[in-house]
Amino acid sequence: MDDQSTSDLMIQANDLTHFYGPQPAIEDVNFGVKKGEILGFLGPNGAGKTTTMRIITGYMPPTQGKVTLADYDVVEQSLDVRKRIGYLPETVPLHTEMQVTNYLKYMGTLRGMPSRLIKRRIGEVIEVCRLQDYHKTIIGKLSKGFRQRVGIAQAILHEPEVLVLDEPTIGIDPIQVVETRQLIRDLRSERTVVLSSHILPEVNVICDRVLIIHEGRIVAEDSPSNLAQRLQGVDQLQVEVGGPVQQVLAALRGVPGVTEVTHRNQQGRNIFIVQVQRGQDLRDEISRVVVSNEWSLLSMQLVSMSLEDIFLRLTTHEEL
Amino acid sequence: MRTVQAVAWKEIQVYFGTPIAYIVGMIFLVVTGIIFASGVVPSENNPFPEAALTAFFQSRWTIFFVILLAPTLTMRLISEEQKMGTIELLLTSPVRDWEIIVGKYLASLAFLVALLALTLYYPLMLFIFAEPDPGPIFSGYLGLVLFGASALAIGMLTSTITSNQIVAAIVGIGLIGALFVVDFSSDLVEGVASVLVNEIGSYAHYEDFSRGVIDTKHVVYFLSVTAVFLFLAIRALEFRRWR
Repeated sequence: MDDQSTSDLMIQANDLTHFYGPQPAIEDVNFGVKKGEILGFLGPNGAGKTTTMRIITGYMPPTQGKVTLADYDVVEQSLDVRKRIGYLPETVPLHTEMQVTNYLKYMGTLRGMPSRLIKRRIGEVIEVCRLQDYHKTIIGKLSKGFRQRVGIAQAILHEPEVLVLDEPTIGIDPIQVVETRQLIRDLRSERTVVLSSHILPEVNVICDRVLIIHEGRIVAEDSPSNLAQRLQGVDQLQVEVGGPVQQVLAALRGVPGVTEVTHRNQQGRNIFIVQVQRGQDLRDEISRVVVSNEWSLLSMQLVSMSLEDIFLRLTTHEEL
Repeated sequence: MRTVQAVAWKEIQVYFGTPIAYIVGMIFLVVTGIIFASGVVPSENNPFPEAALTAFFQSRWTIFFVILLAPTLTMRLISEEQKMGTIELLLTSPVRDWEIIVGKYLASLAFLVALLALTLYYPLMLFIFAEPDPGPIFSGYLGLVLFGASALAIGMLTSTITSNQIVAAIVGIGLIGALFVVDFSSDLVEGVASVLVNEIGSYAHYEDFSRGVIDTKHVVYFLSVTAVFLFLAIRALEFRRWR
């Protein structure tokens, strides 16, 4: 990264490691987020997304490493950092006994906003988050989707420079998911956003750049389209073979041009996913290997890789 | 200071927005009303009662009630935020840890003072129908408020260290109760230990107030207990981040 772009960085994380017990939740995580960028953390549950976000927001310090936000150290200058952040935790914890507007007023005061500004902003965020009909409702009586909106409303209330959204569309119905994604996209021009998700299309639609995190490590980083392109360097063959799994795996791996083979048991059928270098058609060679071993070749399909496949490949390699 | 106010105000709204406040207030008035009446109505044992609140301030029931009440008021203050996860938004807001503890503590103190204020009609009646000595009444209330303040501070600490409200309340009641009676054991030990135990226990410090004595030593004692436990609560909240 050249000097100019480094100075544009809103968030910079260096060598983050965090232990809950003996096992690290995240390990040597490095990333930067540019001003105005929407960065997505993509990974399955337990990959370390929430841990990373909690460290960025100053909820807990990393065991090792350092994060700066707008050049403030998250641990040393925590208050300066917290002033600049709007945060939506994964479970959307809200004070269920409060009315929506009273809750927003409370959160605004905690962020040190002057009361006149709070009043004006509550009007605005209620409109943006389409909570008009519910501004006097007790939060505990709202559905999950509306609570999510209240959660986003409190996160953007003080017009923070950075928005941190942990799984912003989890557990809400599909229509609300679409609305929430639209809402996040509408916010993108104004501020830096870091969000996490385990849903690939979501990240694809919203984010400028994606970090794929798996078992506490960042395993890939790029724009959604680049990620797809980069992995289009690989084609995929889906082969169904009747034969002993381990031997088939070994044999297929032995075919020149094959980069990787994985096995999947699909309703009793032995499916082998064969990664081959782009542009090489290995169907002929593969069928010959199978037949020469006297196994039965039941089907073979050429699949080019979608982002979902990348995601699956990146996060399920333990099950190979 | 505005954040302390915001935190305190939110909790005060919760206290008065739930039925608990009214139930607790009612029980408190019934219990103390009986104690008050028993102290001022002539009976066989006490044919010529004094126009005073001594019975109310010295009754073990009043003290027992405060020991039970204080942790009940404070138990949810931090515990609930931990259980519900709302603490995550609180701790990621630009609010200092001490502002959270002090704000919530002040809310519980305000509620306790409001509750005690409800009993002011006892002395009011005394002033209407007799000529009581205002000194012991004032000092008695001061003692009760100071003792309550220290008890609430202990409750704040126990609420901070656990996300289970019941555990917070029970440990709180235990701590306050133990601190209150620990000087009863001063005869069991000797020398410096005996003096120390005597000074640490709340009972001896409280007793003087109910007798109409305001001793700086006792005021300092209760303020110190309050300060120490609030300090520990703040540290416990800070420590939470590092767990």
